[in-house]
Amino acid sequence: MAAESLLKVQAVETYYGNIRALAGVDVEVNKGEIVSLIGANGAGKSTLMMTICGSPQARSGQVIFDGEDITRLPTHLIARRRIAQSPEGRRIFPRMTVYENLQMGAGLDNLKYFNEDVEKIFTLFPRLKERQTQRGGTLSGGEQQMLSIGRALMARPKLLLLDEPSLGLAPLIVKGIFEAIKKLNQEEGLTVFLVEQNAFAALKLSDRAYVMVNGKVTMSGSGKELLANPEVRAAYLEGGRH
Amino acid sequence: MAASTETGHPNVLGKAVREGVFAGVVAFLMFLLFVGIETYQDINNALVWRTRWGLLAIFVLVAAVSRFLSVGFIKPHIDRRKLAKAKSGVLEISEQKSFFHRHFLKIALVFLLVYPFLSLLIVGKQGSLKYVDNFGIQILIYVMLAWGLNIVVGLAGLLDLGYVAFYAVGAYSYALLSSYFGFSFWLLLPMSGILAALWGIILGFPVLRLRGDYLAIVTLAFGEIIRLVLINWTDVTKGTFGISGIAKASFFGIWSFDTGSANSFVKAWGLSASSVYYKIFLFYVILALCMLTAYVTIRLRRMPIGRAWEALREDEIACRSLGINTVTTKLTAFATGAMFGGFAGSFFATRQGFVSPESFVFLESAVILAIVVLGGMGSLTGIAIAAVVMVGGTEVLREMSFLKVVFGPDFTPELYRMLLFGLAMIIVMLFKPRGFVGSREPTAFLKERRAVSGSFTKEGHG
Ligand SMILES: Nc1ncnc2c1ncn2[C@@H]1O[C@H](COP(=O)(O)OP(=O)(O)OP(=O)(O)O)[C@@H](O)[C@H]1O
Ligand SMILES: [Mg+2]
Repeated sequence: MAAESLLKVQAVETYYGNIRALAGVDVEVNKGEIVSLIGANGAGKSTLMMTICGSPQARSGQVIFDGEDITRLPTHLIARRRIAQSPEGRRIFPRMTVYENLQMGAGLDNLKYFNEDVEKIFTLFPRLKERQTQRGGTLSGGEQQMLSIGRALMARPKLLLLDEPSLGLAPLIVKGIFEAIKKLNQEEGLTVFLVEQNAFAALKLSDRAYVMVNGKVTMSGSGKELLANPEVRAAYLEGGRH
Repeated sequence: MAASTETGHPNVLGKAVREGVFAGVVAFLMFLLFVGIETYQDINNALVWRTRWGLLAIFVLVAAVSRFLSVGFIKPHIDRRKLAKAKSGVLEISEQKSFFHRHFLKIALVFLLVYPFLSLLIVGKQGSLKYVDNFGIQILIYVMLAWGLNIVVGLAGLLDLGYVAFYAVGAYSYALLSSYFGFSFWLLLPMSGILAALWGIILGFPVLRLRGDYLAIVTLAFGEIIRLVLINWTDVTKGTFGISGIAKASFFGIWSFDTGSANSFVKAWGLSASSVYYKIFLFYVILALCMLTAYVTIRLRRMPIGRAWEALREDEIACRSLGINTVTTKLTAFATGAMFGGFAGSFFATRQGFVSPESFVFLESAVILAIVVLGGMGSLTGIAIAAVVMVGGTEVLREMSFLKVVFGPDFTPELYRMLLFGLAMIIVMLFKPRGFVGSREPTAFLKERRAVSGSFTKEGHG
């Protein structure tokens, strides 16, 4: 695969007030790849995801997307460059129905594909089809996660950012969601950048992966390499159920 | 236990007595100074006080007895009914709705359309003045204001405590521009709306980053600023004296409602002179304005901007990451809400013929907001019902001379307006915590509207 870069994060530093959450991060995601990011709690993974979306903005460094510097763009314009995120904690609209949530995801530019896209989401997650008239807030955790991913996909993203898609879900549902991600990647060539606590599953799924510690990337490599790496095993895999 | 029948269990009765006494004590302490003691000025203009133990006793008794009845009889009765319902296995949601329920909106609209004539028929011209003006127009003004505020608070979730400012802008725009330049109502109505919308944007800019309590405080201050400007800019606004002699609205420029005028409405139609025709005309004007507000709200809710408002209320971060420009979304919400406030304001000015800063105090904002909250934040029907209950209720209060029998001949029910308003709010919120119509109607469906089981679309009560 000719590695054509889609997202390039260069020496990015992000602060919350005086607290430095990202201390010079370099990450690259190529077109058609699944790349995952693992790390302990508070390492700055979610911060990196949000920084890519411009909220908060990086204080220094650059975020390049598809050849364009998006570091200083406001969030809604970044989203319109077709970076979609299923953020940490899902953040679906609780009082809106499943169907309306998906409609929100489509935004303005994609309304013409709306019916087609909704059908696609419903084949990917048949549970959502059954529940389309239910309020988002009354869905189960797993269904909400499907909705959050589905809503992000409605934007027809070039890059899909997933922040802990497996959080709080039963193993079987996690498997289902990971299979869905894989399928999207293989069949439609969707580029995915995901954060996961479930390191084993994430590394198995990914082409490449990064390990983050205290706001810095400390290791990177192919999924297989990191799976075999003794340090990674000790820190993120041992003691797990694998 | 089988013994616990209608009269109540001895335990329940004992509890009711205890609760009743407790409520009495609380009421006594609360009203001791407010009701038990009255200050007044004697002939020498000195402030002196006298006691009103009788009135205080009545207040305490009413509190104690109602608490006793509610704990001892009403609550057990409601619980029994709920239990029976649950046992019979009929889900509340799947219950067949009555004809009235299903066609409520159509019935209400038809009623409103014939209302002035109905009142003419039943109570005649002189009596109609009260029913068309005090009840009809007054309530509809609040319906319109509440529907306008609903766009800001109910849909976009931006807590605005200074909404009356836009009402004031609309009213003064009409009052000033018509008395200084002689423009007509039909020209100034849209202009007042636009001016109010501009003020909405002006307020919107500085508060863009604020939410919740902070936003509430700033909007509250904004409302006060506008009022203080109106009071102190005496050269233009005549300060607390207000502006009087504001021109009446004409019948779309065709006929005038001024009695002396050449093409007066009553003359053209060969009617006997009475101000009731003007009131009826105004009734239809405000009804049309209300319908316009409702129509725009319903249409906008189905459009991207309306959906963005609702999404903004739910989750601002998610909104932004979906490509919604939250800045313009908030500003349009403020502007649209303010515009309807402006319309209502200019209507108010032409109806009263007089405006002064007195009409635009914080209490007005609070009442409008209370109507929106009671109605269920976002539901047009609920808000309209709330307006009828709250505004109509206070008007009815004036009529309640029988209260004098309970509270003594000196009792003036209007003075207790706010007390009863508060009481009514507490009661509604106890029984209907999400307002009269508490669930949000979805705006989008796949293909056609399916018959959706209510258990899905209703929100859980949590
Ligand atoms: N809004 C905020 N204000 C201040 N500090 C923040 C904010 N959000 C995150 N932080 C801090 O930044 C650091 C990185 O947080 P981040 O959420 O990126 O961690 P994470 O790697 O996603 O952790 P987890 O695996 O627990 O989700 C933490 O120390 C956190 O306390
Ligand atoms: Mg995180």
